[in-house]
Amino acid sequence: MLRVVLHVIARDVRLALRRPADVCSTLFFFMLVASLFPLGVGPETEVLRRLAPGVIWVGALLATLLSLPRMFAEDFYDGTLEQLALAPYPLGLAVLGKTLAHWLVSGLPLALIAPLLGLQFDLPPEALMILAFAVFIGTPALSGIGAIGAALTLGLRGGGVLLSLLVLPLYISVLVFGAGAVDAAAGGLDPAAHLFFLAALAVGGLAFAPWAAAAALRIALE
Amino acid sequence: MLSVLNLECLRGERRLFRNIGFALAAGELLFLEGKNGAGKTTLLRMLCGLTPPNAGEIRWQGEAIRRLGGDFYGQLCYLGHQNAIKEDLTPLENLCASTRLADEPIDEGAALAALEQVGLTGREDLPCRYLSQGQKRRVALARLARERRPLWILDEPFVALDAQAVAWLSGVIGAHLARGGLTVMTTHQAVEIPAASTRRLRLGA
Amino acid sequence: MTAHERRTIPFEGKNGNNARMTSFTHLYKFSAPAAFYPLAGRLIPWFWGLAALFGAIGLWLGLAVAPTDFQQGEGYRIIFVHVGASWMSMFLYLIMAFWSAIGLAFNTRLSGMMAAALAPTGALFAFISLWTGALWGKPMWGTWWVWDARLTSELILLFLYIGFIALTRAIDDPRRADRAGAVLALVGVVNIPIIYFSVTWWNTLHQGASVSLTKSPSMAAVMLWGMLFCALAMWMYAIAVSLIRVRGIILERERHANWVKALLLDRAKH
Repeated sequence: MLRVVLHVIARDVRLALRRPADVCSTLFFFMLVASLFPLGVGPETEVLRRLAPGVIWVGALLATLLSLPRMFAEDFYDGTLEQLALAPYPLGLAVLGKTLAHWLVSGLPLALIAPLLGLQFDLPPEALMILAFAVFIGTPALSGIGAIGAALTLGLRGGGVLLSLLVLPLYISVLVFGAGAVDAAAGGLDPAAHLFFLAALAVGGLAFAPWAAAAALRIALE
Repeated sequence: MLSVLNLECLRGERRLFRNIGFALAAGELLFLEGKNGAGKTTLLRMLCGLTPPNAGEIRWQGEAIRRLGGDFYGQLCYLGHQNAIKEDLTPLENLCASTRLADEPIDEGAALAALEQVGLTGREDLPCRYLSQGQKRRVALARLARERRPLWILDEPFVALDAQAVAWLSGVIGAHLARGGLTVMTTHQAVEIPAASTRRLRLGA
Repeated sequence: MTAHERRTIPFEGKNGNNARMTSFTHLYKFSAPAAFYPLAGRLIPWFWGLAALFGAIGLWLGLAVAPTDFQQGEGYRIIFVHVGASWMSMFLYLIMAFWSAIGLAFNTRLSGMMAAALAPTGALFAFISLWTGALWGKPMWGTWWVWDARLTSELILLFLYIGFIALTRAIDDPRRADRAGAVLALVGVVNIPIIYFSVTWWNTLHQGASVSLTKSPSMAAVMLWGMLFCALAMWMYAIAVSLIRVRGIILERERHANWVKALLLDRAKH
C-alpha cells in the first residue's frame, strides 16, 4: 500500500522536474504578490511589519491555488487517471500520493522562500523562523483541501475561477492559524498553540481529503 | 466468467443502448461493433466499472463488479482511447511507471524486452514527445506483452499501428485467449485474431 | 406473533429478502420523482398558509407588542428578521448536506434535486442575515460592517452556498452535478465547525469589535416568542419555495418521461 503512494510521488515529482518552469512560475507569482503590497500601502516599515504575516500567507494561498488545476488535469486528459481509477488499490491512496507530490513541488518551495519575503517586510528573525515553519506545516493542508476542489472542477469550463470560489473559503482556517503564528512570534508571544492547530489541519487534510477527492474524481470520470 | 444483464445507457436525453446482455467464457473474444457514437466506448467503460450503467448489471465470476471493487480491478487490464503516457517521459520510464501504477512493477530488463517486442529498440531513452502517433500507441501497448490479468478490455487498440505492429498485437491477443483469457475490444479495422471462439455484438442496430 | 410474521419466517432466504425489499420500496415510495411531484403540489399551499400565519403572529409580536429597547430604541426590532434568517441559513446547509449524504449513499435521484432546490433559499437567507446585520450595525456601531466572528462566519457560509450553486450549474450532466455538489456540501459541512472555530479564535485574538447581537440579558419573553414565530414563518416559507423549486427541477429533468408528457397533455386539455 505504501509502495503505491511512493510510486505515485516519485512519478509526479519526476514529471515536475522535467518541466521546472511550472514550479518556478508559482514561486515567482508568490514573490510578485507579496511585493505588490508595499507598492499599494506605502513603504512605512511599521505598517509593513504589521501586514507581513497576512500578506505572505495570502500570497501562499493564491500561489497554491494557481498550481492546483495542474494536479489532475494532465492525467485526466491523457488517460492516466482512468488507469489509476482501475488500479487494484483504493484510488484514495493514489490521490494521497499526488497530494504529497503537489506539496513537495509547490508547498515546500513556498516554505523555503517565505523567509526571504519576510525580510522584505522587516520581520524580526524569530518571526522568520516561525514563518518558514508555519508555511512548511500548513501547506500540506492547502494541497489536501485543494485536491478536492481540483477534482470537483476537473474538465469543467471556467474551472479555474470556480476552483478558487470553492477552495478559498475552505482555506480560511489555515490562513487564520498560519498568519496568527507569525503574528504571535513577531509580537514576542508563544506561537505553539497556532502551530498545533496548523499541524492538526494538515494531518486532518491529508487523512480525509484524499478520500473526498477520490470520490470526486470517480464522479468526473463517469 | 463475465456476464452482462440488461444493460442500459442514457447520455443526456439520448438512449445509447438498452437490454444489452451477453456472457463471455474463458478464451472467448468479443468484438463490439457499431457506428461512431453508438456507445462502444461507453459500454467498454461500463464493463470496467468506470461508468455506472443506468440499468442492468455486470458480473465477474457471478459477483457484481460494483461489489468486487479492487478485487475486480486486479483481474482487469483496460487500454482506453488515450495512451496514458507522458510526453516528458521516455518509453522505458512510461512503461515502468504504468506497470508500477497498476501495482505490478516489472524490472528494467523485462521492460526493455517488452519495448523490443513492439519495435521500439533504439528509442527507449527518447522522450515520447518525439515519437510518432503509432510509436506512442506502441508504448502504451507494450504493457500487454507481459500482462497476465484474465480480462482485457481494449478500446481501438489497432489505431495508428502499421502492418507489422498489427500482426504482433493480434498474436499477443491470440496468445492471451489461448491461455484462457477473455478479451472485449472495438476496432474499425479487419483483423485476424486466432481465437477458439470469436463473437460479435453490434450496437445501435 | 401475527399471521403476517408467521408467513414470512419460513422463507428466510430469498423470499425474506424480497419481503424486506417491499417494505423498503414502500418507505421510499415518495423518493420517486413521479410520486413526489403531486405530493409536493398538494403540500405547498399548506406551507404558504402556515408561513403567512406564523409571519403575521411573529411580526405582530415583534413590531406591536414587544417593548421599545431602552438602549437601542426601535432599531433593535430588525433582529426579528435577522436572527431567524441566520438560523435558517445554517439549518438549510445542514439539511442540504443531509440530502447530499442520502444521495451519495443510496443513489436516489430525488435527494440531489432537493439539495439543488435548497441552495438558493439558503444563500438568500445568508444574504438577508448579512444585510440586516449591516442595517442594524450602522446605527448601533456607527459602521456597516465589523469583523465580528458571527458576521464573518455568515459571510463565509454565503460563499459556501455560492460555491455549491456555481459548481452544480457548471456541470451539464445532472447526475454528475448532483453527485459533485453532494461531495462539496459534505466537505463544507465538515469544515463549517472548523472555520467557525478558527474565526472565533481569530476574533478573540484581535479584539476588534467583539459585539454580540443578542447580548441584552433581559430579553423579554414576548421578544423571544416573536423571534420564534418569525423563524417558524421562515421555515414554512423555505419549505414552500424549495418544494416549488424541486417541482420545477423534476419537470425539467423528467421532461421525456411518460408521466410528465401525460401531465402536460392533461393540463393542456383544461
